Amino acid sequence: MKIAVCINHVPDTETKVKIGPDGKSIDRAGVNFIINPYDEIAVEEALRIKEKQGGEVIALSLGGDTHKETLRKALAMGVDKAVLLKDDAPRDSYSVALALAFALKEISPEIVLFGKQSIDSDDAAIGVMTAEMLGWASVSVVVKLDFAEGNVTAEREIEGGHENVEATLPVVITAQKGLNEPRYPSLKGIMAAKSKPIEEKQAAPASNRAEVVEMRKPAAKGSGKIVGTGADAVPELVRLLHEEAKVI
Amino acid sequence: MMKILAFAEQRDGQLKKNAFEVVVAAKKIVGQTDGEVVALVVGSGVESIAPALGGYGAMRVVVVDDARLKYYSTTAYANIIAEVAKKESASVVMLAATAMGKDVAPRVAVKLEAGLAVDCIALKVEGGDILATRPVYAGKAQTDIKITTPVKIFSLRPNVFTAGTTSGAQASVEKATIPLTDADFVSAVKSVTQATGKIDVAEADVIVSGGRGLKAPENFNIIEELAAALGAAVGASRAVVDAGWRPHDEQVGQTGKTVSPSLYIAVAISGAIQHLAGMSSSKYIVAINKDKDAPIFQVADYGIVGDAFEVVPALTKEIKKLLGK
Ligand SMILES: Cc1cc2nc3c(=O)[nH]c(=O)nc-3n(C[C@H](O)[C@H](O)[C@H](O)COP(=O)(O)OP(=O)(O)OC[C@H]3O[C@@H](n4cnc5c(N)ncnc54)[C@H](O)[C@@H]3O)c2cc1C
Ligand SMILES: Nc1ncnc2c1ncn2[C@@H]1O[C@H](COP(=O)(O)O)[C@@H](O)[C@H]1O
Repeated sequence: MKIAVCINHVPDTETKVKIGPDGKSIDRAGVNFIINPYDEIAVEEALRIKEKQGGEVIALSLGGDTHKETLRKALAMGVDKAVLLKDDAPRDSYSVALALAFALKEISPEIVLFGKQSIDSDDAAIGVMTAEMLGWASVSVVVKLDFAEGNVTAEREIEGGHENVEATLPVVITAQKGLNEPRYPSLKGIMAAKSKPIEEKQAAPASNRAEVVEMRKPAAKGSGKIVGTGADAVPELVRLLHEEAKVI
Repeated sequence: MMKILAFAEQRDGQLKKNAFEVVVAAKKIVGQTDGEVVALVVGSGVESIAPALGGYGAMRVVVVDDARLKYYSTTAYANIIAEVAKKESASVVMLAATAMGKDVAPRVAVKLEAGLAVDCIALKVEGGDILATRPVYAGKAQTDIKITTPVKIFSLRPNVFTAGTTSGAQASVEKATIPLTDADFVSAVKSVTQATGKIDVAEADVIVSGGRGLKAPENFNIIEELAAALGAAVGASRAVVDAGWRPHDEQVGQTGKTVSPSLYIAVAISGAIQHLAGMSSSKYIVAINKDKDAPIFQVADYGIVGDAFEVVPALTKEIKKLLGK
């Protein structure tokens, strides 16, 4: 089975966001970048499918040269091939999806794994968008995945429960936390990844449909108050919630 | 004139609260541009629930009713929404940023050659255009977005736009038939497993969350009791989810759920940056922690410094007293 996995390179969750000089994006100075946490789950699932069914896993990332770091991480975890779709221009989700769809059409995998969401843009859109562009089935926010003859069955998380979904191949799956526990790359894996080549291709040109007018920090909350210490403070807290905040 | 198609989500033949939120938000926008809101209800046996959308500002409701639509299907729903939007010549499609809305919107965007703004927390009209505000980096920053295509799609974060109460007006209902083939069901839900009686943190108006300071999974009973008294959902920090004390779907934060309830009570949670990212847009935050220097107090509106095992049961008792339970 040919399996593809699309991965993004994003600021570490520890990042304290500062707005950059253009007022439209973050200041990248001093920011540590990592593989998008949901994409790490997607890579793990791709490897598990390969281990069960046999085949090949190809990782794709669209971005500048820095994305090679994240592709190396995927190689170290065990993917067979890595492709960098080179482009430094800012892109909206549509524009990323379109470039990925072009590349995936050529690769022609039976299953493509995405993360549920990039923790930078928080769009949670690119996986399903790519599926629509390719005319493929999709299941998003997946916490359990199984294969039957030419089909997948998946559990997707919804508010207060799960939907049990059946879909035909080729299929796009977007991975949610809970699907698996990603492995740590072994020392051998890390060493091997160093010598594996990363194929570089020009990404299909950007064609954004939405533009960022301004980025800012959310209005700071006024510093709250300590109502008191221990159980003695409870009546006053309840009074404030009832009379001042009016939330109970 | 701006015509907005408001997708009104239903599950099990009941309109969701977010359906009313979307209609009211759409109505506000057209009120500033002299336009019209048409609502869309999709499902099986759902015609009777449609007129109620009139009470929130939809003059007309289009209903697509088909036995095969008992459960959600990404491909079929996307086809229906896009076809109805085209028939109605709607220039804007609005829906809720729920599990369903987030899944279907990207497909509708591709079909309508439309730009998409996901999970919006504010919308305003500027020079005849809609400017959408949406959080990024799990709420550590927010952006104003302008869509540059003629057709535009906005998904709205649940619980942020207020639905208010119904005016009692009934909308006129029109049934529409969209031809569906097997190709529309290449991905389809076959059944739904609902955790009975459980309120999801993403939908809850009140959340009580517990952290590692509770020391053991069985101690979450004090959290559950407080949540029950408040009719609240139970949330958790990643530390307790990773420890296997609580299920994944309760995790709040940057790699869990982003929540915006009216009231968020954080018990024995330190307030790590990844946790704060997911809950700091709550309207009111209460922190209960024995460490007066815990970072959670910096975002809390009200704090109690103390031992959770003393404070929480006392709080549950006091709230039951207030609510006459
Ligand atoms: C990539 C990544 C993603 C992450 N994503 C998330 C996320 O989505 N959500 C999330 O929550 N975390 C996330 N984290 C983890 C985060 O960094 C913290 O480790 C975690 O939030 C800590 O959980 P906690 O507050 O329950 O535990 P701790 O930090 O251990 O805090 C426990 C608190 O309990 C208090 N306490 C102890 N005993 C009592 C008592 N008897 N009464 C009252 N208070 C008491 C202590 O004073 C302390 O403040 C992420 C981390 C990484 C690296
Ligand atoms: N630049 C990128 N290159 C490859 N895959 C990406 C890129 N950006 C996002 N993705 C994939 O799309 C998913 C959803 O991203 P988003 O819609 O931006 O939240 C991510 O989890 C990745 O799997």
